[in-house]
Amino acid sequence: MDMKVKKKLALKEKFALMTRGLAWETSYEPMEAVYPQMAYEGLRIHNWDAWEDPFRMTMDAYWKYQAEKERKLYAIIDAFAQNNGHLGVTDARYINALKIFLSAVPMLEYNAHRGFARLGREMRGVGPQIACQMQAIDELRHAQTQIHSLSNYNRFYNGFHDWKHMSDRVWYLSVPKSFFEDACTCGPFEFIIAISFSFEYVLTNLVFMPFISGAAYNGDLGAMTFGFSAQSDEARHMTLGLEVIKFMLEQDPANLPIIQRWIDKWTWRGVRLLTIVAMLMDYMLPKRIMSWKEAWELYFEENGMALFNDLARYGIKLPDCTELIRKEKDHLSHQAWNAFYTAGMMTNFHTWIPTPEEMDWLASKYPDSFDQYYRPRFEHYRELEKAGKRFYNTSLPQLCQVCQIPMLFTEGDDPTQIAYRQVTHQGDKYHFCSDYCRDIFTHEPDKYVEAWLPAHQIFMGNCFNPGDDPSAAGFDPKKSVLDYWHIAFGRDNMDFEGSEDQKNFAAWRDQATRN
Amino acid sequence: MAVIAIGDFVGVAKDTVEHFHGNQLVYVGWDKHLMFYAPMCLCVPPAMRFRDLVAGPVAEVYAAHPQWAQIDWSRAVWLRSGEPFTPDPERSLAENGIGHKESLRLRTPGLDGIGGSGT
Ligand SMILES: [Fe+2]
Ligand SMILES: [Fe+2]
Repeated sequence: MDMKVKKKLALKEKFALMTRGLAWETSYEPMEAVYPQMAYEGLRIHNWDAWEDPFRMTMDAYWKYQAEKERKLYAIIDAFAQNNGHLGVTDARYINALKIFLSAVPMLEYNAHRGFARLGREMRGVGPQIACQMQAIDELRHAQTQIHSLSNYNRFYNGFHDWKHMSDRVWYLSVPKSFFEDACTCGPFEFIIAISFSFEYVLTNLVFMPFISGAAYNGDLGAMTFGFSAQSDEARHMTLGLEVIKFMLEQDPANLPIIQRWIDKWTWRGVRLLTIVAMLMDYMLPKRIMSWKEAWELYFEENGMALFNDLARYGIKLPDCTELIRKEKDHLSHQAWNAFYTAGMMTNFHTWIPTPEEMDWLASKYPDSFDQYYRPRFEHYRELEKAGKRFYNTSLPQLCQVCQIPMLFTEGDDPTQIAYRQVTHQGDKYHFCSDYCRDIFTHEPDKYVEAWLPAHQIFMGNCFNPGDDPSAAGFDPKKSVLDYWHIAFGRDNMDFEGSEDQKNFAAWRDQATRN
Repeated sequence: MAVIAIGDFVGVAKDTVEHFHGNQLVYVGWDKHLMFYAPMCLCVPPAMRFRDLVAGPVAEVYAAHPQWAQIDWSRAVWLRSGEPFTPDPERSLAENGIGHKESLRLRTPGLDGIGGSGT
C-alpha cells in the first residue's frame, strides 16, 4: 500500500502557522479595550504585521531546546556539588563576588520574568507577544538556575543564607531593586526599550563577561555553567531588543524623540547599575580577565558604537551621557571598592585591601588614575589595618534620588571632587549624582519622589528589627538595622582577613590536598 | 504631565520632614577627602546649634581623618546648596537657614587629602 507522505513543513512556514494564525481582531470589544496599555506612552504603531520575527522558534522547539539545556546544567551542578567543587576556586575571596551576585541578580531575573509576562499579554501584535512570553519563561529559568547553582555555596560559606530577604532590604541592594522596579512600572514600550534594548543589547556583554568568564577563570564550574546555559537565551533576547527598536522607529517618525529619551535614560540607568560589576572585575576576582576599562572600551566604545552608527539612519543619536562615562571609566571601580571597603560593616560580604601585586596590576591597567588617586587611599587603609585600626565608616551615605547609589561619583574632569546636583520640587530638595539622574527626575518627578531610599528609611525608624524597641535603654540602632537585614555581625560582614570563610576554606582545602 | 501613567497619578513625596519625628535630614560632605566615600546623611533636631552639629555627629565621623585635627577653622569655607555661606556657630540649624535635606559642604583650603590625593 502506498503511503501518502505529507511534506514536512519548512521552519518558516511552521512558524507562521503556529504563531501568526493565533491572533484575531475582536468584534464585541474594541481592540483598544483588549490592549489598554498600548496608547498612553504616546507611541504610534500602525501595522503590527510589519513585525519581523527575530528568531523563528515555535513553542515545541523551544521546550525541546530548553529541556536539553536543563539536563546538561543539572548534571554539572550535581557533579560540582558532589566533588566539593567549591574548593577548586582560586581563592575564597572570589566567593564574595557570588554573594553579591546571589543577592542582586536572581531578583533582577525574576522581575524580568514578571515584566515580560505582562508584555506577553499586553503587546497587541502576536509576534512580539510570543517573543515576550518565551523571554518571560527564560527569565524565570535564569532566576531558578542561579539559585540552584549557588545554593551549594550556602552549605559552606557565610552570607548566602537569606539573599531573598536581603535583596528587598539591604541598603546597596536598593540599587538593582529600584532599577528594575522603575522599568516594571513603565509602560510596555519603555519597558522593552529599557530591558531588551538598553540592557540586553547594549550592556549585556559587560555583565556576562565578568561573571561567566570570571567564574571560568577562577575555577567555578557551577557558576560558569549556568552562565553558559543562559547565554544561548541571551542571544535571542538581544535579537529581540534590536528588532523591537527598529520596528518602533519604522512605524512612525513621531516615535523617534520618545525612543531617544528612553535610550538616553536607560543607557545611563544601566551603566550606573554596572558600577558594581566594574568593581567586581577589578577588585573581587583573584584571577582577572580584563579591567573594567578595557571591557568598556571593547564592548561599548567599539561594539556599541557600531550599533549606534547602524541606528543613525533612523535618526537615533548616541546618548549624551556616554561622554561622562568615558571619563568615569578610569575611576568607577576604584571609587566603588573604596565605598564598599570602608562601608564593610554594613555588607553581606567581605572586603579587603588589594595585595601589592594586585595594586601593581591596577596601576598598569589604570596608568592615568590609580597611582595618583587610589593607591594613596588603599595604602593609608593598610597602615591603619597594620596598626590594628581597620577603617570602617559607619555613617549613612547621602544617596542619589534616582539611581540610589551613594553620592560617590566625582566630576568628569576632577576625580577629587564629588559631583553634587540638586533641584527643589514642590518645596523639597532632591539630590543627584549627575546631570543625567537629575534629568530623569525632572522629567517624571511624580515617579521618583516616591523612591524608597534606605538611609532615609532607617532614620524614619522603618528598618529596625521587629520587636526591638528604639526607646528602650541601651538600644543600638546599628545592630538593630543589621538584624533587620539578617546580616550576622562579625560573621557575614567586615574584613575577609580573619573571617570564618577564610579559615574554613584554608582548612578544608588543606584536608582535601593532604593526607 | 509629571509622570507617564495610564491614569492620573500624583506622586506622594516619601521623605518629607514630618516623617522624621521632629528631626530633619542634613547632608554633610568634606571636599577633597574621599576617604569618606560619600557625604554623610544625618538626622538631627532643627534646634541643634551649628557648632554642635560640627563638634558632634560630623566630627564623630571625620575625626578618623588625619587632617581633621589640622583644620584652621578661620579659613574653612562652608557651602550650603552649593553656595558659599557663613554659618553662625552659636545659632541653630533653622536659624542658619539649614532646612530639611539641606546639603552642606566643608572646604578646607590647603588640606587636600592624604598626600594631596583627594583622599
Ligand atoms: Fe536573564
Ligand atoms: Fe544617580
